[in-house]
Amino acid sequence: MVTALGRRSVLQTFRRPQLVAPLLIFPTLLLAIQSAGAGRAVDLPGFPPVESFFAFLLAAAMIQSALFGGNAAGIALAVDIEMGFTDRLLAAPIPRFAIVAGRLAGTAVLGSMTAVWFLIIGVIFGVTIVEGVAGALLIIALVTLSALAFGSLGAALALRTGSASVVQGTFPLAFVILFLSTAFFPQDLLVEPARTIAEFNPLSYIVDAVREPVISSLTFSDLLKGLAGIALVATCGVTLSARALERRIRVG
Amino acid sequence: MLASLSHDMQTIGAMVRRSANELIRVPGAAIPGVLAPTIFFVGLTSAFGGLVLLPGFDADNYKSFIIPVSMLQGAGFTGAAAGVNLARDIEIGLFDRFLASPAPRWVLLAGTVLAAALRSLIPATVLLGVALAVGADFPGFGGLVIAYAAVMGMAVVAACWGATLALRYKTQAAAPLMQSAMLALILSTTAYAPQALLTGWLYTVAKINPITQVVDGARQGFIGSITWAGTWPAIVALVGFTAVLGAFALRGMRRTAY
Repeated sequence: MVTALGRRSVLQTFRRPQLVAPLLIFPTLLLAIQSAGAGRAVDLPGFPPVESFFAFLLAAAMIQSALFGGNAAGIALAVDIEMGFTDRLLAAPIPRFAIVAGRLAGTAVLGSMTAVWFLIIGVIFGVTIVEGVAGALLIIALVTLSALAFGSLGAALALRTGSASVVQGTFPLAFVILFLSTAFFPQDLLVEPARTIAEFNPLSYIVDAVREPVISSLTFSDLLKGLAGIALVATCGVTLSARALERRIRVG
Repeated sequence: MLASLSHDMQTIGAMVRRSANELIRVPGAAIPGVLAPTIFFVGLTSAFGGLVLLPGFDADNYKSFIIPVSMLQGAGFTGAAAGVNLARDIEIGLFDRFLASPAPRWVLLAGTVLAAALRSLIPATVLLGVALAVGADFPGFGGLVIAYAAVMGMAVVAACWGATLALRYKTQAAAPLMQSAMLALILSTTAYAPQALLTGWLYTVAKINPITQVVDGARQGFIGSITWAGTWPAIVALVGFTAVLGAFALRGMRRTAY
């Protein structure tokens, strides 16, 4: 059942251009423009040694796509609620958790697909993945888990509000979280108060863990911090989703 | 002739009032056009503020450097939203009633476009207020007039583009195409850094993208003094874009049979 709902979720995304755009078009567009527009940033004193600004931003594009994917998953689930599809699933003899798990499985698959997309773009445009094939596989795994974690937050919001427009309204928040992290610039070069906020933003640790295999050797501590960041987001998302689903079943 | 023109003006006025009514009745309708560029402005200055330290960067305050871009971005989103609203009117059948009215097609387009131009002043003003509050330099009266004129011109261009796509696809699902094209057009300029500091493909594209002239024109007062030499290319670029995209939109409207 989870597989069937996950497949439906992936197909649904590719059938609606308005769901594909935030996943691929916007992050790719911003990657292309920011890497060339602010490419000389690598000459700034204090910028970590890196092949190019494009290589530095690759992880940001992947996590950006995972964040937007989480939001898109929430929108799609809210549309299902609005159309009554979720009610039919609730009446069907299937485990309730499968309704959310199916959607999240689809989000995770989309996350891995976007990670592959950006890795291919990176390689085409001359980025060398320092950690090689193993590093690329690790990146795909981390982005997939991130998409799952962000998807759980989107699902929680959808189940709580049952409104696609409310979930869609939180889309700009993804940019706020991104800008206030180390996604686009190294922490030491961020302008206050972004520098301080980035230190406490779990997204900074997730992006850094995805970035390290691209630009240098990944350390165990970076990986652990990244996984802890993902676990924190996922724990919040899954707990809130479970509560919201419980409430929806109780209240109707 | 004069009576006919007067009727056309009244129709355009009615369409602008209809757009204003939407803002009064649904104040939240203006929020997306304001929120996204504001987040971009605050985010970009926080993330890329250190770029002013690069040798050859012709401004010492990144907030002043980037605010005209954000204002134009707000205008782009507002203009694209006019296209989305037109697509919505087509979907619900309201536009068919407009087409059945005795109003000429160009009047219907002019009403949509003018409403977008006026609505673009809302995000521009909010953004300017935020920018000045966080430390951007005041551009002076002349600089302000040029920046607002560029914003309205950009909204007209975006509205013509949005209307062209709305009339072509007749669905709100075309919204991402309306918005992302405007975003790409505005950002593939000297948006992030001066021309000399751009790298790769953007160095070439920004040089030939006419919107670079609009960005640089709108930026003049914020980072230095305004000159005619810095202003007229922006006017030419906006007029040129409006003429081309306006012709496409009008062709789409004429081809839309009632």
